[in-house]
Amino acid sequence: MSSILAQRRQKLLAMKALRSTPHVPVYTRETCPGCGQMVERRELSNHQYVCPLCGYHHPVGAYYRLSLVLDKGTFRELDAALASNDPLNFPGYKAKLDSARRRTGTGEGVVTALGRIGGRKVAVGALDSRFFMGSMSAALGEKVTRLIELAGKNRLPLILFSASGGARMQEGILSLMQMAKTSAALERFSRRGGLYLSVLTHPTTGGVTASFASLGDIMLAEPGALIGFAGPRVIEQTIGEKLPEGFQSAEYLLEHGFLDAIVPRGELRSTLIRLLALHGKEGDRHGQG
Amino acid sequence: MAKAELTPAQRLALARHPERPGTVEFIQNLFTDFFEQRGDRLCADDGSICGGIARFHGRSVTVLGHRKGRTLEEHVACRFGMPTPEGYRKAQRLMTQAEKFRRPVITFIDTPGAYPGLEAEARGQGEAIARCLALMSSLTVPVLCVVTGEGGSGGALALGVGNRVLMLENAVYSVLSPEGFASILWKDASRSAEACDVMKLTAADLLELGVIDGIIPEPEGGAHLAPQVLYRALDAALARELGELDKVRPAALAAARYQKFRKMGEQALRKERP
Ligand SMILES: [Zn+2]
Repeated sequence: MSSILAQRRQKLLAMKALRSTPHVPVYTRETCPGCGQMVERRELSNHQYVCPLCGYHHPVGAYYRLSLVLDKGTFRELDAALASNDPLNFPGYKAKLDSARRRTGTGEGVVTALGRIGGRKVAVGALDSRFFMGSMSAALGEKVTRLIELAGKNRLPLILFSASGGARMQEGILSLMQMAKTSAALERFSRRGGLYLSVLTHPTTGGVTASFASLGDIMLAEPGALIGFAGPRVIEQTIGEKLPEGFQSAEYLLEHGFLDAIVPRGELRSTLIRLLALHGKEGDRHGQG
Repeated sequence: MAKAELTPAQRLALARHPERPGTVEFIQNLFTDFFEQRGDRLCADDGSICGGIARFHGRSVTVLGHRKGRTLEEHVACRFGMPTPEGYRKAQRLMTQAEKFRRPVITFIDTPGAYPGLEAEARGQGEAIARCLALMSSLTVPVLCVVTGEGGSGGALALGVGNRVLMLENAVYSVLSPEGFASILWKDASRSAEACDVMKLTAADLLELGVIDGIIPEPEGGAHLAPQVLYRALDAALARELGELDKVRPAALAAARYQKFRKMGEQALRKERP
């Protein structure tokens, strides 16, 4: 019976992941933003949306992201119905929310789930840059906080894939407060011995960078990802000059001491498995959690 | 009742008034025997955050806040109150000591935001703010925060995770400056007055949203017109709140602060699928 359930879960995730892949028109070829060469769409999807010519990592949606790292049939989504409610009655926000929901098939800018990676039970979340740029809403902060608290309660490792343009302007100060809420939850989780692997993907900026994304025990990033607090445009305006090539890239952050490693998409799952195993107790019964 | 009729944009102007008293004046007038602690013990001292040990009503406290500067030289040195990571790491150092020596923490918030500069990014502005938030949330001493002028973005919140968060009557607190907000949403920074109206950034708005716990009245026309009147009101409010928090056990202080911020944004959630 459980295998039928697992098959169903797998089908559901595969279906959602399909919607969650980068939007490319029906034409079979497209221009890569990394190298400017024409690349076949099938080639891209065969390579997890990494350009086979130059290695450019296309942003991908949350379900697809999770389908790349979770063991088959283990995805169990949490709080799927939890969504934002336009708390400030912000002009036009409700309509924009509705259209984002239709387009992405998710209720909010993050998908959270329980699942297994290499047999090890984990609490995992992925932000979706196609949903309001993965910006921090009260609902996004709440889903992330619930995931952290659940991981703490069940003594599970926590993995978050960040991708965010910053604050959700339409939720104003309530968006800002999610930085404190999520950081407080992580601090509590950490003090009780919880393991948190933070994976930064393109782009991770603003309030998400200045809260949960930066608080990992292990900090990983995808190649070429833009990572920073202030946006490049704001900085250019402040200092009145062009920013150097590669500023705020994952490679720049690694050089400046804010990352443990840059991991290409194709090696993320095996890297996570390795890190989880290194944090396991000796003789840990993998898959028994 | 003329005060009540101020528009959000008018309050913003008062919050930014060049003569508005700030952290340095509050420390001089409400505290005694202030010893300034400088430096982050890593590479620098950021003047845009001023802090140290002082006496408040006879007891030792750790007090810190944003400093915008008074003279042109000070403005430049403090980047008009916009901290770099070094400022936030100094704040962490001071708050860690407050925990060690069981001193209450009092913070004054007045910044347009964290400094958006090349070096600030290179040295981890995001990480520095995130660590401030995590640390403040876990302190087991009383933490009192007052938004005294502009509370701009994560750069303000980094000193704002308190058991009590108060606001001066004409202070503002927002996710972003109204100019930044208008330029992101409408691609037009000059529409900042309009932004003020939709952002819900006044003390009264934030009290209603549950983001702050109380409002400290200002003299008519703004704090700069009668600073001594404001100091008395601020002193009374801080003494009262601290007295209340003194009754709470250390672990319960951290737990209560956690629950306070855990609830932020509850009213924004919808549980059923649209
Ligand atoms: Zn390419």
